[in-house]
Amino acid sequence: MAALLEVNGLKKYFKSGSGMLHAVDDISFTLEAGKTLGVVGESGCGKTTLGRTILHLTDPTDGEIVFEGKDISNPTKNELKAMREEMQIIFQDPYSSLNPRMSVSTAIMEPLVLQGKLSKAEIRDEVKTLMDTVGIAKRFENAYPHELDGGRRQRIGIARALALKPKFIVCDEPVSALDVSIQAQIINLMLDLQEERGLAYMFVTHDLSVVKYISNDIMVMYLGQMVEKAPADELFTNTLHPYTKALLSAIPVPSIRNKKERIIMQGEITSPINPKPGCRFMARCPYAAEDCAAPQVLEEHSANHFVACCKYKTIKN
Amino acid sequence: MADNILEIRDLVVEYHTDDAIVHAVNSVNLSIKKGETVGLVGETGAGKTTIARSIMRILQTPPAKLCSGEILFEEQNIMALSEHDMRKIRGNKIAMIFQDPMTALNPIETVGFQIAEAIGLHNKISRAEAVRRACDMLEMVGIPSARYDEYPHQFSGGMKQRVVIAMALACNPELLLADEPTTALDVTIQAQVLEMMQSLKERLGTSVLMITHDLGVVADCCQSVAVIYAGEIVEYGTAEHIFEAATHPYTIGLFNSLPKLDSDARRLIPIKGLMPDPTNLPTGCTFCERCPDATEKCAAESPDVVEIAPGHLVKCFLTEVNK
Amino acid sequence: MLKKSKRKERKSSGVWRRLAKNKVAVVSLGILIVVFLIAVFAPLLAPYSYEMADLKHGLEGSSSAHLLGTDRLGRDVLSRLLYGSRQSLQMGIFSVTGAAVVGIIIGAVAGYYGGFVDNLMMRILDLFQGIPMFLLTIVFAAVLGPSLRNAIIAIGIGMIPSYARLMRASLLTVREQEFIEAAKSINASSPRIIIRHIIPNAISPVLVSFTMGMGGAVLSGAALSFIGLGVQAPIPEWGAMISDARSFMRAQPQLALYPGICVMVTVLAFNLLGDGLRDALDPRLKN
Repeated sequence: MAALLEVNGLKKYFKSGSGMLHAVDDISFTLEAGKTLGVVGESGCGKTTLGRTILHLTDPTDGEIVFEGKDISNPTKNELKAMREEMQIIFQDPYSSLNPRMSVSTAIMEPLVLQGKLSKAEIRDEVKTLMDTVGIAKRFENAYPHELDGGRRQRIGIARALALKPKFIVCDEPVSALDVSIQAQIINLMLDLQEERGLAYMFVTHDLSVVKYISNDIMVMYLGQMVEKAPADELFTNTLHPYTKALLSAIPVPSIRNKKERIIMQGEITSPINPKPGCRFMARCPYAAEDCAAPQVLEEHSANHFVACCKYKTIKN
Repeated sequence: MADNILEIRDLVVEYHTDDAIVHAVNSVNLSIKKGETVGLVGETGAGKTTIARSIMRILQTPPAKLCSGEILFEEQNIMALSEHDMRKIRGNKIAMIFQDPMTALNPIETVGFQIAEAIGLHNKISRAEAVRRACDMLEMVGIPSARYDEYPHQFSGGMKQRVVIAMALACNPELLLADEPTTALDVTIQAQVLEMMQSLKERLGTSVLMITHDLGVVADCCQSVAVIYAGEIVEYGTAEHIFEAATHPYTIGLFNSLPKLDSDARRLIPIKGLMPDPTNLPTGCTFCERCPDATEKCAAESPDVVEIAPGHLVKCFLTEVNK
Repeated sequence: MLKKSKRKERKSSGVWRRLAKNKVAVVSLGILIVVFLIAVFAPLLAPYSYEMADLKHGLEGSSSAHLLGTDRLGRDVLSRLLYGSRQSLQMGIFSVTGAAVVGIIIGAVAGYYGGFVDNLMMRILDLFQGIPMFLLTIVFAAVLGPSLRNAIIAIGIGMIPSYARLMRASLLTVREQEFIEAAKSINASSPRIIIRHIIPNAISPVLVSFTMGMGGAVLSGAALSFIGLGVQAPIPEWGAMISDARSFMRAQPQLALYPGICVMVTVLAFNLLGDGLRDALDPRLKN
């Protein structure tokens, strides 16, 4: 099966006061229809920028984005318009991602109005269907965002993303602003929608337990680079990169049994501005050696399990 | 009981606004033993922060109103203290760490000065002595004292939270109120900060009230756990009671809502519905509408707290003892 | 605390409802409506024509014929005050509206496009703001020649920079919000984003300043007329009336007092209404 989305050597640099900020640095992956790619990493690792760059909400510095076999790295205005009907985004913060002065139905209607394909009556019907789909009661039609709780706001965000019937949705931390009991409701909704509509998700998050739950493949990012990518279960059972190991061990587990040994990393994320050519994790890595100062090559350890670490074979589990 | 550093009895706090009364905290009882870490777990709007602010007496009144109850700190009712006496306790014997390290520090003073100031306020010591102790505190939270003269913006998020913790611990308080101290931090940094708090607590013998929504954090560092829902503590017990024998349907629901790393289930089991509007709480059990096992009795009466095992309290009709 | 006030917001949504609760703002609004009605219906309300002079009865105190007395030319003070509201309100409303429209456009363009355009526009405004506003107004009024229209233009020009700055600052905050990006992701065009998403969310502080600015403009208008650069005789204007009354301050202080009270009440009403509007537009400021 051909991939729905193919990203090759994607780069996004920002100019900053003291040099070039390497937000996304040479990321490649493919995503099939109906599948979910989880992207995890800590704040500042470039995971959010990656999603936005793929959607051309900011323009890539370099690299290739292929969607359904079509190169959309440098889209024309019309191509961009067509592309945005196929690729959508759900934002992290349901409090700031909705215009506070637009009512629920106006907000859901907006993408359809802009698309300009449907009549007014058709749009009204479609909004009704969408509200049903995401589980917002009809009585909230004329409510404003500040009158709703976080879960309902996020449902509106999802309805807006679904309105144009896309095939691919970037989910940028869609549940991290929500309470756990609401979080589970939204995750279930997203899983149901994926099943019904064959959606492909790129699920960006810092929450590893959520990402394991929802993803087929997981990509771990550190300072703009992919350090490891593997099928979800494989990543957790056969962790190779020292950063992934530290990250996994740091998740607080809601259980008082089988407390695992925690790897406490020294230091914090270094600056992504003008990074040195070698491994970016080197400064915090307990296994760092001389070879690590050279650029790291992404190696396929086993089928579909990639790791960018020259020492991974010598590190015992 | 002499071994309790803090006892909250029947605390009721309301917020009075122009057109409604928000019932934020409804007869909460909670005690913290000396040297113990108690986790206070609940969702947004459950009343966690209001409880902490009541203990510190930093609630804005109005709109907040402390309606009834007692807060005994070292057997002294701090709700009855004058503001002057409270100032001697606040920051000195009871300290608080706030959720957001980005805004908890004054951006135009050096971090060292801010810690030294906190020390100087409560101790009659010379300037030089305060500076020396501030340097010690920085070292203790893992920041080189050479950074004494730096400003908050020169620190990363995790480092700032360390400074905030150093400030809170500067006067060697008996009780530390930690309000979501790691929520704004990344997991690896959270692990560092939690571990540091743990070892400091053991060294200094501080009692801690750990307020969080993250059951993982609770499992890591708390001996006792109180689960709060809509302003009421619905379950209280030791970590074993809560994590191994959760009994209140809300607590069980919370655990079920979490995606587990070691499970392959394809669907999560969320708690249906939403927390009730705190301006209009139901007459019966507050969790009734979302409870999978609710009966008619649950909707009509508010259940009493029952002790189903020594030290394990549950506010529910459906527990074994209640039946 | 924020959480609580949000909850409150849910109960009483709507700027009007919140404004209606603010007694001071409601009274102010009432006063302004009365002043406005007086201005519109001055010919019906005034017992005399504003220019009918009666030199024999100059500088008289209150009497049944002239409720508030007469000025040095024997003109009825009450009638002149009622007519004077027309000039004052016109100066207030037109100058501020003009300044706000121009200022909002400049601010919106500068804020949305940023970069060079922004820099250029802001530096020009800096130049303007380097000169005291009232001095600038006097210079313009003097150059253009004294008349009501020119006073309005002069006052308006002096107020443009503050609206432009306010709009730009407010817009920069809104532009960073996620819902702007959300709009981009569903193919909204730049003009649509500015008109539908940015301006409605950025306008509140401008609206408040708009209301308060009217008070300031009424005051500036009165001041201009006072120094002879505004409305010209015989058309009555409160500032000009105070100016006329200067020579009789000792003998007939009420001649300066009445128009003075009119100016004060109107300006105060505008300012208090603006205050109330600010609270009503941003419920988080209160509580």
